[in-house]
Amino acid sequence: MTDPSTAKPARTPGTSPASVARRKFLNGIAAAAGTGCLLTLGALMAGRPASANPAQALRPPGALAEDDFLSACVRCGLCVRDCPYDTLKLAPFGGAIANGTPYFTARQVACEMCDDIPCVKACPTGALTPKLNDIHEAKMGLAVLSDHESCLNFLGLRCDVCYRVCPVIDKAITLENVHNQRSDRHAMLLPTVHSEHCTGCGKCEKSCVLPEAAIKVMPVALAQGKLPEHYRKGWEEKAKHGGSLIGDQVEMPVRGMEDKAYGDSRVDGPAVGGLNSGWKP
Amino acid sequence: MRPGAEAVRVKGWFGAHRWLILRRVAQLSVLALFLTGPWFGVWIAKGNLASSLTLDVLPLTDPYLFVQSLAAGFMPGATALIGAAIVAGFYALFGGRLYCAWVCPVNVLTDTAAWLRRRLGLKSGRVPDANTRYWVLAGSLLAAALTSSLVWEWVNPVTVVQRSLIFGLGGSLTVVIAIFAYDLLVASRGWCGHLCPMGAFYGLLGQKSLLRITADRRSACNDCMDCFKVCPEPQVIRPALKKAGQDSPLILDRDCTNCGRCIDVCGRNVFHFTHRFDQRSDS
Repeated sequence: MTDPSTAKPARTPGTSPASVARRKFLNGIAAAAGTGCLLTLGALMAGRPASANPAQALRPPGALAEDDFLSACVRCGLCVRDCPYDTLKLAPFGGAIANGTPYFTARQVACEMCDDIPCVKACPTGALTPKLNDIHEAKMGLAVLSDHESCLNFLGLRCDVCYRVCPVIDKAITLENVHNQRSDRHAMLLPTVHSEHCTGCGKCEKSCVLPEAAIKVMPVALAQGKLPEHYRKGWEEKAKHGGSLIGDQVEMPVRGMEDKAYGDSRVDGPAVGGLNSGWKP
Repeated sequence: MRPGAEAVRVKGWFGAHRWLILRRVAQLSVLALFLTGPWFGVWIAKGNLASSLTLDVLPLTDPYLFVQSLAAGFMPGATALIGAAIVAGFYALFGGRLYCAWVCPVNVLTDTAAWLRRRLGLKSGRVPDANTRYWVLAGSLLAAALTSSLVWEWVNPVTVVQRSLIFGLGGSLTVVIAIFAYDLLVASRGWCGHLCPMGAFYGLLGQKSLLRITADRRSACNDCMDCFKVCPEPQVIRPALKKAGQDSPLILDRDCTNCGRCIDVCGRNVFHFTHRFDQRSDS
C-alpha cells in the first residue's frame, strides 16, 4: 500500500502498482469463482435427474429412500462385492441411474434374500440401513402383475410359476379363486400381490415364463398407489367398532316389489329367489 | 533440450526416472490390490477408493466423500467414520497430495497429457486460476447441501475413473478423453493443477504434513529450469529454490504433490525428500 502522507498526486487513480496488483488479484478471484460455479452448476444439472431412476432398476435390500440414499451412498461397491449371487451391479457413468450406485435388474438376476444379508453388512455408511435384520422386512420394490392380457393364469391356465417361486409364498403372492366368465364353468386362480409381505426380490419377474414378464417388480414409489388420508374402509371401521357406526338404516323396498319377501326386506319370511340378497348395511 | 537430459547423462536413465517409476508402481499396486479379488479370487482390498475393506479388517473411506455426505445432511455410519479418520490422519501426517501423485489413477492420464504437450510444443489454450479448485471444492459441498445428494459424484472424474477400472464399468471413456484433451489442448496441468476439488481437499488436509521435498543443495542450481518444466505445480518450487519470501529450503506449499519429479530431472541433485523440520541447506 502507498503511504498516504507521501502519495504522489501526479498518478492517476487505478494505475499505481498496488492497484494494478489488486485488480489482477480480484480478476483472478472472479475468474476462479466463475469457473468454479460453472463446474458446480454443470454437476448440478447432471446430478438432478438422480431421483428418477428407470423403473427396472431396484436398490439393494435396506436401501434408504432414494433421496436419502443419494446423500448416503459413497458408491464404493462393497455391497456388490459381497453379494454371493452377483445380483448387484454398480451403475456405469453416463447411464440413467446415478453413476456408481448399486442396483439390480430383477429380470436378469433376482435377489436371493440371504438370511445374513451380506450386502447390508458390507455397507460402511449405512446407505443400506443396518436396521434391516430380517430380510423379510426388505422393501426393494413391489411386484405388480402389470399385464392381465398375457398372464397365463388370467387366460385360465394354471401356470402359477410366480406364485410357486415366491420366497414368501401364500403371503406376498396368493392365488385368488375367481369365476372364469369366458368359459362360465372354470375357475381362474389369479396371482395377487400383497404389498405388506412383498420384499421386491424379483423372483416372480425373473421366473415369469412369458417372453416379456407379465409380473414386474418396480420401485415401491412407482408401483404403489395411496388412498387419501381421510379415507376409511367401512368394513374395517365396523369391525373395530363392533357394529355399524351410523346405527340401523332405513330400509326401502324395491319399487314394485312392496310387501313381497323377495323384494322388501321389511317383510319377514323366507326370501324365495327374487332380488333381496339379504345384505344389510 | 528436453527436461531431464542432463540428469539422464549424469545419473543414467533409471536414476533420472526413479521416483516416476516408483510412483507408477505404487499407483498400479493400489489398483492391483483391488483387482486380485475379482480376477483371481484372492481378496486383498474390497470396494474401491471411495470406501474399502482391506483383508477384512481395515476399513478406509475417502474423507472428501465423507465430507460431501455430511454436507448432504447424512451422518455416515461408524465404519465409514473410522475409515475416513484413518485416511485423513494418514494424509494429514504424511502429505495431503501424496494421494494425487502416488494413488490417483487420473494422475497417470494427466502426466501423460502434460508430457505430450511438452513434446509437441503445444502452447494453445487458456489456463484457469490455480485457486479455481478451491471454488469447485466449496461449490461441490454447497451443491451437496442444496440438493441433499452427492452431486459432484455424478461427474467427479477421479472416482468415475478409478471405479470403472476396479469394477470394469464402461462409459467412463468419455471422461478420460475429456480430461486428456483438456490437459493436452486447453490448459497445461489443467485438471489436477487447477480444477480438481479432490486435490484441493487433500492439499488442505496435508498443509502441515511431515513429508517434504527440500532444495537443500540449491547453491548447485544452474537455472536450467528443468524442474519447473516437469513440476505439476511449478509455483511451489520458487520459494524454496530461490528464497522467494522464505529462507527455508523446504517446499512448504500445500499444492506440492510430493511426486519427486524435480528430484529425478535435476542433474545437480538439488532436491531431496525429507521432513518438514529439516532446515539444512547449503546456502
